[in-house]
Amino acid sequence: MFIGATAALLVAMALTLIRAFAGPTLFDRVLAANSFGTKTVLLIGVLGFLTDRPEFLDIALLYALVNFIGTIAVLKFFRYRNLGLSNTEAADREEID
Amino acid sequence: MEMILYIASGALLAAGSFLVLVGTIGMLRLPDFFTRLHAAGITDTLGAELLLIGMMLQAGFSLITVKLILISLFIFFTSPTATHAVANAARTMGLKPALVPDEDIETTSVRRGSAK
Repeated sequence: MFIGATAALLVAMALTLIRAFAGPTLFDRVLAANSFGTKTVLLIGVLGFLTDRPEFLDIALLYALVNFIGTIAVLKFFRYRNLGLSNTEAADREEID
Repeated sequence: MEMILYIASGALLAAGSFLVLVGTIGMLRLPDFFTRLHAAGITDTLGAELLLIGMMLQAGFSLITVKLILISLFIFFTSPTATHAVANAARTMGLKPALVPDEDIETTSVRRGSAK
């Protein structure tokens, strides 16, 4: 039954990639990338059980953390075109444009 | 007892896989960005949690279950946050829902900085 879950997740990831490449807006792509990351976490977990090596869950946990930070970082970069702005600088930049 | 656990975890894994697939197909088929957020929500919440709970039943009481609980808690809190951040960014940058007529969209600015 882990094989079935793995196959379903792989199909879902392929379909998510289609959405990520098709767009049409930036936010569709970010949403698809975030969803792809969540499915990767699940796939690593299921694959760990499938191959009787559940130690893979450490990698899944790490990937879940990286995925969330990555999504927020991409959104921040496309809003301010900069990742190192402080709060006040960011507020100033919003006033300008 | 073992048989019951096996069947229950198989059912949970099947339901989780089904919901992940449904959410993905929705993300592919729905007409615009704001409707696709709903489909992504199915995958991120119920689909992921059901798969993880199914794996927990297989693992029994062990360190693996603790890790699975950590993963599910993390996904439970970050997925809605990430979805909200994407929707908020899209709204701030002026993306409009495709299916809502123009006169129904609020015209007031949603930028935080413009309140001053």
